[in-house]
Formats: sequence, C-alpha cells, structure tokens
Amino acid sequence: MSGAGACNCALVGTPNSGKTALFNALTGSRQKVANYPGVTVERKAGALTTPAGLSVKVVDLPGTYSLRARSPDEEVTRDVVLGRLQSEPPPDVILCVADATNLRLSLRLVLELKRVGRPLMLVLNMFDIAKRRGVEIDIARMAAELGVPVVTAIAIRKGGTEEVLRRLDELAADHAHVRQASSWQAPTSTELRAAQREADAIIRSSVKMPVKPDNLTTRLDAVLLHPVAGLIILFVILFVMFQAVFAWAQPLMSTISLGFDWIGAEVHAALPPGLLQSFIEHGVISGVGSVIVFLPQILTLFLFILLLEDLGYMARAAFLMDRIMGGAGLHGRAFIPLLSSFACAIPGIMATRVIDNKRDRLTTILVAPLMTCSARIPVYTLIIGAFIPAHQIWGWANLQGLVMFGLYAAGIFSALGVSFLFKFFFWRDDPSPPFMLELPDYKLPRVKSVALGLYTRAKAFLTRAGTTIFSMMVLIWFLASFPRPPAGAAGPAINYSLAAAIGRFMEPVLKPIGFNWQIDVALVPGMAAREVAVAALGTVYSIQGGNEAAQQIGHVLAGQWSLATALALLAWYIFAPQCASTLAVIRRETGSWKWMAVTFGYMMVLAYVAAFATYHIAVALGAG
Amino acid sequence: MFLFDQTPPAAAGKTSSPLGRAQAGFRGRIHAIEVTDADCGLHPDELERRLIELGFVEGASVEILHEGMFGRDPIAVRVNHATIALRRREAMAILVT
Repeated sequence: MSGAGACNCALVGTPNSGKTALFNALTGSRQKVANYPGVTVERKAGALTTPAGLSVKVVDLPGTYSLRARSPDEEVTRDVVLGRLQSEPPPDVILCVADATNLRLSLRLVLELKRVGRPLMLVLNMFDIAKRRGVEIDIARMAAELGVPVVTAIAIRKGGTEEVLRRLDELAADHAHVRQASSWQAPTSTELRAAQREADAIIRSSVKMPVKPDNLTTRLDAVLLHPVAGLIILFVILFVMFQAVFAWAQPLMSTISLGFDWIGAEVHAALPPGLLQSFIEHGVISGVGSVIVFLPQILTLFLFILLLEDLGYMARAAFLMDRIMGGAGLHGRAFIPLLSSFACAIPGIMATRVIDNKRDRLTTILVAPLMTCSARIPVYTLIIGAFIPAHQIWGWANLQGLVMFGLYAAGIFSALGVSFLFKFFFWRDDPSPPFMLELPDYKLPRVKSVALGLYTRAKAFLTRAGTTIFSMMVLIWFLASFPRPPAGAAGPAINYSLAAAIGRFMEPVLKPIGFNWQIDVALVPGMAAREVAVAALGTVYSIQGGNEAAQQIGHVLAGQWSLATALALLAWYIFAPQCASTLAVIRRETGSWKWMAVTFGYMMVLAYVAAFATYHIAVALGAG
Repeated sequence: MFLFDQTPPAAAGKTSSPLGRAQAGFRGRIHAIEVTDADCGLHPDELERRLIELGFVEGASVEILHEGMFGRDPIAVRVNHATIALRRREAMAILVT
C-alpha cells in the first residue's frame, strides 16, 4: 500500500463491459473528470471508502481488449496499469470489469493482466442480466481456474456493489497478494491464441450458457441492421432528431426568452437611464440571454446522442455507415465522433481517439468542424426565424425545419467531399485500415445515467455562457458604446463607436459576400464561440436602435438585411472556422500547428466562396 | 503462465474457405487464421493479433448475421457469444469450415 491507508485502484475492462456504470456506482458523486497531462485523454477519478474504513482512490481507464495499446486512449490504460505514468501512482489493486453475459474476451484480458503482477480481481458486472438470460456461472471454479478472485456486481442497482467493496478490503489486506515484478510483454499472436484457448477452456468448465441465446438483440438487428431498412431507419432517426430539436424545444425556449425579457424590463425600470442601465440591459441580460435561450435545443440534441449511445445503437450506426463513409475516405468508426460533432466539435474531435489508425483519425479531425454543431443552432434559428416563412409543406414538414435540415445536409456532404479530397491528395496510395468493432447487446438506457450526462452538458454550456460568452458580451458592449458620440451628433450613437470602426475596416473584404459592418463586428467575437455572434448582433442592433429594438432581434434583422445577405450568412456559417476552442483542440490532438492551419485555411476558403456564390446567385434571382 | 497448446488443425479432409466469401446465414467453425492479404493497411501479424483479440481463434463457432447494403460489406459475425462487425477484406484471413 502506498501512503497511510490509501489504496490506488484501477478499473480496467473491455469496451461495453459496463465499467463506467460500475465506476459511477462505486464512487457516486465523489468523482472528478480531468485530463491526463500532455494528452487529452479524459481521466476519471473518484474516491470510495470500504466497509473496513480503507479509503480507495479509483481511476476509470479507457476500455481495451489488450494492454497492447493501439490508440492514444489505450496507451493511457497500458501506462497507468504498468505504472509508467509519472503523474499517476501505480495501482495497488486492479479491478478487471467484465460483462457477465459476454466473458470470452474479458477472461483473456484477465490472463494478460495477471502478468502485471499486481493484486487483481475480476468483477462480473451485469450479473442480473446474465441470470435472467439463464447464464450459469460457477464463480468458485472460475476463480480457482483463473487464479484470481471473482466477484459479481450489478452496477445499476442500489447495493449491487457491496460484494466488490467487501472483497476489495480482503484483497488489500491479504498479504498473499504482495506485488510482484511485472512480467508483462506485448503478447505475440501465438501467446494471444493460447490465452484465448485457455479462457475458452475456463468458460467451458465454469459457465453454462443457455440453450437459447438472447434473441431480442438478434431480432432487433434483423431489422435495424437490414441492408435497406436499417439505413432508412438510421436516416429517419436522424431526421426525427433534428425535427425534435426544433419542435420540442420551442415552448421551453419561449419561456426562457420571456424570462429574460422580463428581467431586462425590470432592470430598465429600476435603473436610471445611462451607461450602467445600458450595460446591464444590453450588454449582460440581452447578450447572455440570447445564448442561454438555446439550452433546450442543445440538451434535446444531447438527449438523442446519449440515448442512442446507451442503447448500443451507435456501433450499429457505424456498421451501417462504414461503406458509405469509406467511399469518402472515412472510417466507419468515424461516424460516432462525427455524430458527436453535431453537438460540439470539441468532444467529437476528442472522441476520434478511438480510431487507432493515425491517418483515419486525422481525416476525421479535419472534417469534424464541418458537422453542424449546436453553437450554430442559435445563428441558424435566428436567421431562419427572421427570413424563412413557417409554411407547412407536403402537409407535415415545416419549411423552416426543412431549411435547417438542408443546412445540416450541406455540412455532412461537404465533410464527405473534403475528406475525399484529403484522401485523394495526401494518401491516395495507402490501403485503408481495417474496420473491426464489437456490436454490444441492446440495453435499455438508464434514466439516471442519461440524466447525469445531460446535467454535465448543461453545466458545461452554462459555465461557458457565464464565462467566455459573458466576457465577450462585455467586450462587445464596450466596443459598441465607446467612444461616446460628440455632443450634438446626428444618427445612432453606435456609428461613432470602436465597433463601427472595426466593422468598417473589415467591410471591403466582406462586402462582396453581402455582409454589412454590423455582421462584420459580430463575426469577431464569434471567433470565441459561434453563438456569440447572435448575442453580438443583438447588442449592436439594440444599442443602435434604442430600447424598442432591444429584444426582437429577428424583426430588426428582417427589416435591415436583404434575403441575399441572410442566405450568405447562413452559407458562411456552414463552413467558417468560427471557433477558437475547436482550433485549439485540433492543435492539441494533432500535436501540430500545421493541421490547425490547414483546417482554418480550407474552412475559411470554403466559407468565403460559398457565401460569395450564395449572395450573388440570390441577388441575381431578385433577393438582393 | 500461458498454455502453449499447439493443436494441429484437426479438420483434415474438410476444405476450408475464407469467411470473407461466405454468405449471410453461413454457420461454421474457424479452421485457421491466415493473413495473406498484404494490401490491408496493417502488418499481417498485427491484423492476426487483432482478430484473435476479438475472439477469432481456431475452433470458435461463427455465423454471419448481417451484411451491409453496398457490396454486402461489412459483415456482422457471431463469434461464440459475441457479435463483431468487420469488413470482408479482413474476414478473408479467417478460414472456416
């Protein structure tokens, strides 16, 4: 044991073993998510106290089939288990987590982990499901044959981990498990084969599988993985997801919007007219409010992604999309990071760490920012709401929703096109690496884990609204308010401000694509976060227009912009690299400035060309 | 320690064929893992190890459950009690009877 009574425990397991559920059950709210130094692999750590009063620090390591690390994620698992990471104490105890219904690959991993020479325990998770399916496991026999203690757990049930805690005490106290030197080496194919056979032999002698296997997954897959029906269902799911983001979130958004209107009016009434009133009303409340309004939409999107993930559908989506994405030079596994990029490119880019091939990973990183992230939703909604009529067409679809769907489609197709070009120019001759993925059994998502996921996302978004977005709004308000106009000046005060000067400076470059100086000003803080542009437009126009224009920004835009300008801005936002954090993550994940510059460059060119073409075509069609 | 049991391929007389050529619904046993296709983007030894890590070892039962729409690729294979998705090109290395 290291330290006075403290014990370091590492959770290792194959993907889909329910490792994270067990981690949540063991540590509850006592957990902390951070990054390992130098890499962006998420480090999930927590604490627990055993019945005997031993305090244990638990780390949840990325899932892996072997310690032979093949991706940055798996390298972390290997290095922590082997005690090679400077920042991380070597584990005193290793818990190998396995899905009790699917033991083969986990038992082989246990045999490999034994070589590390540290106290080791196998946790058979999801034991309730195994029982229900009629899987009979002779725990004592399995433990004897494996040579490591075996316990059962039901991570999702209250008290389902008591056995783990009790045995953890024994394991920590048992001096027979004194640490030995690690004899682990990357196993050869012969060793792997032998180990898998040994694992299979142990399963044969200690596990009785039911005569009738789980048919639900097979039956569902017959439809969901059907060559034609499966793809159609996938697209229907995506379509419903995007319609839901608009339809379901609307009532909540109206409520939030009304709330901020009310606060703004109260502040307006309570404070004497002047700079402070303007700052609180326009800078803070209307700025931050115009962004927070989008929380329901972002959470709806995340709700879908979390549900599909927990259900086990995401791996199926990768299976269905592999060939289609392969045509564009993307790996089937890239589907999951790219789908996450619909919420935000940052977790999407970080999720590419599951792609073991460097080249595939790089392509995915480069195109991930083209996926329509949730920060674009505010911009799209604002412009669509102001310029596109809410007609019903074909009796069921909403024209606004359809335009939105079109914008998403444009993002997807441009991502496929760009990745195809990257493949063609940079690595045309390399053969494509393999696609191999376990398809887990379907599981009903747990309300608690989905709620926890949504809570984390909401917190991150509100923190951002409270920090980055808030500070940008203060800056915009300042730029739009100072210097004050000279006494007796004609026209709105904002025309004399720094913001107007900046906007006019950029005007010559952006005028050809139909942008006015107010848009130019909004684009600058929009680099901090895309949705800030909406708030910035709100601030700029509300300071310009006075109080009557303070809230209904959409109406103001509809009066001030031509349809061509609005469409050009939409086209710009499909492509523009308007997010400093994404660029920073690309720099960190690729480890090079070069790829960050490549991303910025190609997106900027695409944005300009697309906006230019859109504007001029629209003007030619009479929308100018 | 690992067991080094080098059972010789037992299925003498039966002809084995690559899983990569089998139709949906095929059921059989793995006879050997032999990576020959050099055009795979992975070192043959690495591909062999990855296949084994996903449970493709001699003697395991396999069944092709599903295929993709284009070129009937990729395939979803039941290996003992787990389901693995892979492309037909990699499945060529899995010889089945």
